Formats: sequence, C-alpha cells, structure tokens
Amino acid sequence: MASLRPAEVRARGVLIPTVVSIPSIDTDEELRRHVRSLSGVDAVGLESRVAKLGTRSLKLSTKMTAIDLAISMVDLTTLEGADTPGRVSSLCAKARRPDPTDAVVPHVAAVCVYPDLVALAGRALADTSVAVASVATAFPSGRASLGVKLHDVAEAIDAGADEIDMVIDRGAFLAGRWGQVFDEIVAVKAACGDAHLKVILETGELVTYDNVKRASWIAMLAGADFIKTSTGKVGVNATLPVALVMLEAVRDFAELSGRVTGVKVAGGIRGTKDALRYLVLVNETVGDAWLSPEYFRFGASSLLNDLLMQRRKQLSGVYPRPDEFSGD
Amino acid sequence: MSERLEVNKTFKLVVKGAFVRSESGRSYEVRDAAGGFLANVAQASRKDLRDAVVAARAAQGAWWDASAYNRGQVLYRWAEMAESRRDELVDLVGAVEGHKKKDALGHVGRAIDRIVWYAGWTDKVAQVLGGANPVAGPFFNFSQPGPCGVVGVIAPQESSLEGFVNCVAAPLCVGNAVVAVASEQRPTPALALAEMSVTSDFPPGVLNVLSGFGAELMGQLASHGDVDGIDLSGSGDAADELARVAADSIKRVYRERSNDVENPLRRLRTFVETTTVWHTIGQ
Repeated sequence: MASLRPAEVRARGVLIPTVVSIPSIDTDEELRRHVRSLSGVDAVGLESRVAKLGTRSLKLSTKMTAIDLAISMVDLTTLEGADTPGRVSSLCAKARRPDPTDAVVPHVAAVCVYPDLVALAGRALADTSVAVASVATAFPSGRASLGVKLHDVAEAIDAGADEIDMVIDRGAFLAGRWGQVFDEIVAVKAACGDAHLKVILETGELVTYDNVKRASWIAMLAGADFIKTSTGKVGVNATLPVALVMLEAVRDFAELSGRVTGVKVAGGIRGTKDALRYLVLVNETVGDAWLSPEYFRFGASSLLNDLLMQRRKQLSGVYPRPDEFSGD
Repeated sequence: MSERLEVNKTFKLVVKGAFVRSESGRSYEVRDAAGGFLANVAQASRKDLRDAVVAARAAQGAWWDASAYNRGQVLYRWAEMAESRRDELVDLVGAVEGHKKKDALGHVGRAIDRIVWYAGWTDKVAQVLGGANPVAGPFFNFSQPGPCGVVGVIAPQESSLEGFVNCVAAPLCVGNAVVAVASEQRPTPALALAEMSVTSDFPPGVLNVLSGFGAELMGQLASHGDVDGIDLSGSGDAADELARVAADSIKRVYRERSNDVENPLRRLRTFVETTTVWHTIGQ
C-alpha cells in the first residue's frame, strides 16, 4: 500500500511538517513522561461535539458518494468459532463484488478472518485488490506470552496476510505497565514486515477517554499503521466519542511527527446512518485526506448489507427487501 | 379563582409499542365534523413508515410463533382494553364522524365486537382454510395456512374506527404484523385504539399505526420491498396505481369491490400464505 507523502497531507487545513520527527522512545521512563504529558480529555465537550456533528445529514449525491466511500472502507469480517471454509469463500465473493447486480459498486477494503483461514481467503481474492487481514496475538483477549503472540503473527504472515489486527494487553495497560504494551507492539510490528499493523485498543475495556488517548499514543509511538477501537467481542464496542478521541490523537500525532496513522472503528456499527456519522467525524477532525480506505476503515459484517440497501434506495426510490442481499 | 386550563392531548404515532412524534417534527390539525378544532396529531413522514416496517418485520416472527390460542387471548385483551375506555372512543368517533352519541355508541360497540370475533378466529383458521388433501399415493398431504408476513393497511377514510378494526384485525389474527395508515382527516379513534393495543400484550411492533397524509405515505407503503401484503381499502382513486406499484414486489393486494356484500373472510384469506406439506405414510 503506497503511503501519502507527508507534504500532501493536511489535517484540518494545517499542513503537516515534511520533516519526519517521531519522538524516540528508548526507555520506559521516556514513554511514561511522554504519555503523562498528554492533556486530559474534556468528556463533556467531547460528547457535545459528537452530538452536534451527529445531527449533520447528507443528502442526494453527497449521500451516494459517502455510501460508496463507506463500502470501499469496509473490512468485511467473520470472527466466529463456527467459521467454515465455505463461509469464508462466500464472504470473499461478496467482498470483491458486494452487489452482484451492480458492477459500479466498489469492492470492500479487506476481508478479516482468523489466521487459519488466511490462506483460503488469499486464494479466493488472489486476482483482486481486496486485502486479506488477519487477527492475531491471541485475539480477542490477548492473554498469551509474547512468544505465542509472535508465533501467531508469523503464521498469519506466512499464510499471506496483508494486514495484521493485533490486540494490546489490556491487563498490562490498566496495571500501568505501559512499557510492556509498547514493547509488544514494537515486536509485533517487526514480525509483520511489510504487512500493515492495526492495533486494537479494545476501548470498551479501557474505562476512560484519557486511557483511550494514552493507549492511542502508545500504539502510534510504537509504530502502528492503524489504531482500531474494538475486537467486537466485548459489551461496549466502537462509539462516536471514542472515535473522536482517537481521531484527535491521530491528528496531533501527525502534526508532531509527520506520520499518518489510520483509524479503524469496529463492532456494533450496523446502519448506514452510523457509518455516515463516522465519516462526518473524520472529515471534521482530521480532514479529507483520511477519507480513504488507506486511512479509515469500518470493521463490520452486517453494515455492508445496510449500505447496499440504502444505495439501492437512493437509486430506485423504493425501499428494498433485506433478503435481496446475501447473508454472509 | 382563575378558570382551569384544559390539558389537550396531541396524538402521537404508535411504532414498536411506543408513542413517538414524527421524526420530521411535523404535526397537523384534525377538525371535527362541523369544522372546529379537535386535536393536533403527528404527521408521519416516509422515514417513520420505514421505521415502522422495520419494527413490524422484527416483531412478526414472535407473533406467529405464539400459539394461536395465545394470539386469540391477546386480541381479546385488546377488546377488553377498548371496552374499558369505550366512552373515550365514543366521544372521538362522534366528534370526527359527526354522529349523535347513540350512533357513535353503535359504531364503537361493533368495532369492539369485531375484535372479539377475530380473536375467536385465530385458532380456527387452520381448520377452515387448511386441511388434509386426498392424494394418489402413500402420502399424507396437508395444507397449512400461515401469515404472509408484514401487511400494510391503508385504513378507510370515512369509517374511522369500525373500518380500521376490520382492516387491521384480520391480518393480525392470522399472525401477520401490521403497519397501518389511519384515516387522514379522522385519525384520532384509530390512534386511541392503537394506544390501547400497547397495554394488550402484543409484542412491540406487531401493530404500528401512523397518521399523516395519504399522498405522502401510500405510495411508499405500496412500493416498499419488505411489505408482503397491502390492504387498499382507504386509498380511493389511487387504488389502481397503488396495486400496480405493489405488483413490483409481488404483494398480496386486498381491494374493496363495488356491489359486493362484504365478506370478512375474504380479507383474512388474502393475507394467508398456504404451505403444502407431503409426508410419507407409515414411517
């Protein structure tokens, strides 16, 4: 995946410096000092800003453009114990051509599966530009030794994964062992090689907005290509306020370092309306440079069908039947 | 001492067992038969209609999974609720239709009795509309009536309560979920009866009632891909065009016939889907 050169990237109109200067973090003390120096999140202001942006409504051609953009940003995901090769194959078919009756509909960004199904997905998507993403590092709990996690990553990479979705060790983070979280991300990033690394913060378990901000910075300082909200396996998944905290962190990090980090929101996003609210948030927070599958993703499964349904509604004026679109 | 101000009621939509204003924020005035102000009612938009269809689709499975006996109990409960608030319904029907109290009482009484009548039908539909078929071979062959799914109702414009009950109770009794558009100029009795349905053990979403302008809502209801049947009783001159639009999604369509002695079973039968099952004998 080609990255934008920093000079081409603007965050809310501010040109990001062309000199890349990522703060060097060599010791636990440096990391601690850096993360502690972050300002606190104003929760009331944050939520009121989200509420205000949530009232924006996209109409007509803007809505069509946004729906197509959202489709192209979907990481079509199946992470179930009951996943079968057949299910993954049909998911891949859907990923390359979401609406079989309309060739204009863009393909999705990636298919996201467990490591043992990566090779299968890779074969099914060989002649397309749909990426294969794999969760790894003892997903979803992250409760395994570093050696096991790295082995998990290596297997996914060997099987041909283009992107790795790792989970951070929330237990270590909440116990204050930030250095351990940082070191693990650095190690996994090294194991990824050319593959893109998405770091799942599991914001539903981080309790406070301040923690989300700290975890975002730790992940970015450690070299994450993407920061991702959730695994989709806990009670609280992606929410708009949390996404805003992460987008602001990404913006601030880009202004400081010149490096552009992507954001992936995952879990619980089922409707077109929700997806468009996230796009508004992206546009208003980090700017339209992030409005591309390269820097913003939706981790979802049922969202795609709703996007397709709304798309057809926009074109025909008639509400279609949900079962006109394939299930998985 | 100052005179007490009346507390006037604004009628809201009934969607998914809740009372909601239109997402558009609009409302309109309902006038009595003499032209005086009666009440404000919510004016549903096509998005309210869309939400109501989603609610109906989600609720329909649970409604059909309930036993026929239980569906009958729930419908009967609805009649009980209406009976206990009969005076309110009499006032509302009298006001919008311009009847004397005695006539209004007759209309309301017949409406409530019709609910009870359909409550009785719930566990008799299978015997009357289904049955065992004789076939030439070692098989049992059964025809089983079931619901067609989500039914849209455009309620009669003149008969604000009786007509409404006839249209919604029939599809409900065979296990369908209903999205009804009440009479445009006389919606208040139907909205009041819909309120009573919320305290009658219906799964939320089985009966959704909207008030609003027919021109805005009827076409959307007829064309909606996720609506399986439509009752065009209150659509007037638009019925031909709506029936044509409904054909795109292969809906079952009920239309009132001129010179037709009304047969309530025809309406019930329209919204029934019959499944035929073969089973080998002796295994």
